[in-house]
Amino acid sequence: MDLNLSTRHEGDRTVIEVGGEIDVYTAPKLREQLVDLVNQGRYHLVVDMEAVDFLDSTGLGVLVGGLKRVRAHDGSLRLVCTQERILKIFRITGLTKVFPIHTTVEDAIAATD
Amino acid sequence: MTGAHAADSLTPLDAEPGGLAGQGGGKPDSKQAGGGAPVVLRFAPLPEHVRTARLVAVALARRAGVEDGLLDEVRLAVGEACSRAVGLHRSAAPAVPVVVRLDDGRERFGVEVVDAVSGGPVPKPEEEGAAEQLGSESGFSDDADSDMGLAVLRGLVDDLEVEVTASGGVIRMGWPVITPHWVR
Repeated sequence: MDLNLSTRHEGDRTVIEVGGEIDVYTAPKLREQLVDLVNQGRYHLVVDMEAVDFLDSTGLGVLVGGLKRVRAHDGSLRLVCTQERILKIFRITGLTKVFPIHTTVEDAIAATD
Repeated sequence: MTGAHAADSLTPLDAEPGGLAGQGGGKPDSKQAGGGAPVVLRFAPLPEHVRTARLVAVALARRAGVEDGLLDEVRLAVGEACSRAVGLHRSAAPAVPVVVRLDDGRERFGVEVVDAVSGGPVPKPEEEGAAEQLGSESGFSDDADSDMGLAVLRGLVDDLEVEVTASGGVIRMGWPVITPHWVR
């Protein structure tokens, strides 16, 4: 399974729908997408992970890198995830304290802080 | 993928029955096919092969009798260990294969991921330092925890041993087998 990415803009927010596996092989594709968006001036990102089948530490590193980039522009990077097996990895690494994690894309878009 | 493997000719992905020290070498023993015969993967340190290693590990774990609820853990843990080894090899020993040994024991499904590079955090050029720069908020401010792969492994796997030697490192992991061999 490869990594599928699609983006759409909702006002000043950009939603990135991610599907498939985020691992050491596919993570560069996600990194490139996040970097491109920031370079285009999109600093408020919502990463929808509901269709992600697999996430490892390489993927976490890319998300952390994305967060770092948007924070440099006073932006935000929010996650949408309800899958327990994915949430577990965020908990193990303590990253639930770093990323705002929402249950729906609508909630993530509506969130202001 | 072939059973034969020459030490001086690295194939992209090579699986063979038997152990690193030649256990089970030669013709596969059909009587041992259901267990007790380790499977060894040797693959070039390329990111695309990590997924294959994960798939093989989960397939063997399932057949060995590892509980279904633990298969995601096997998948993630083997992926993390292999990603780490691939990262180490790509930076210091790109011509040397990563070796994964999967052992279907009687009470435990064991996995060893062997790298030929001495220990230390895996370089991740793009994201290097990203977690640390987030400070204590992320829990990655300590150098020892800066390798997220190891942090995931330590948080995920109860039966885990990380050994670093002068010639490389070995990550050993294990999961209980709930279906004894004698009833299969």
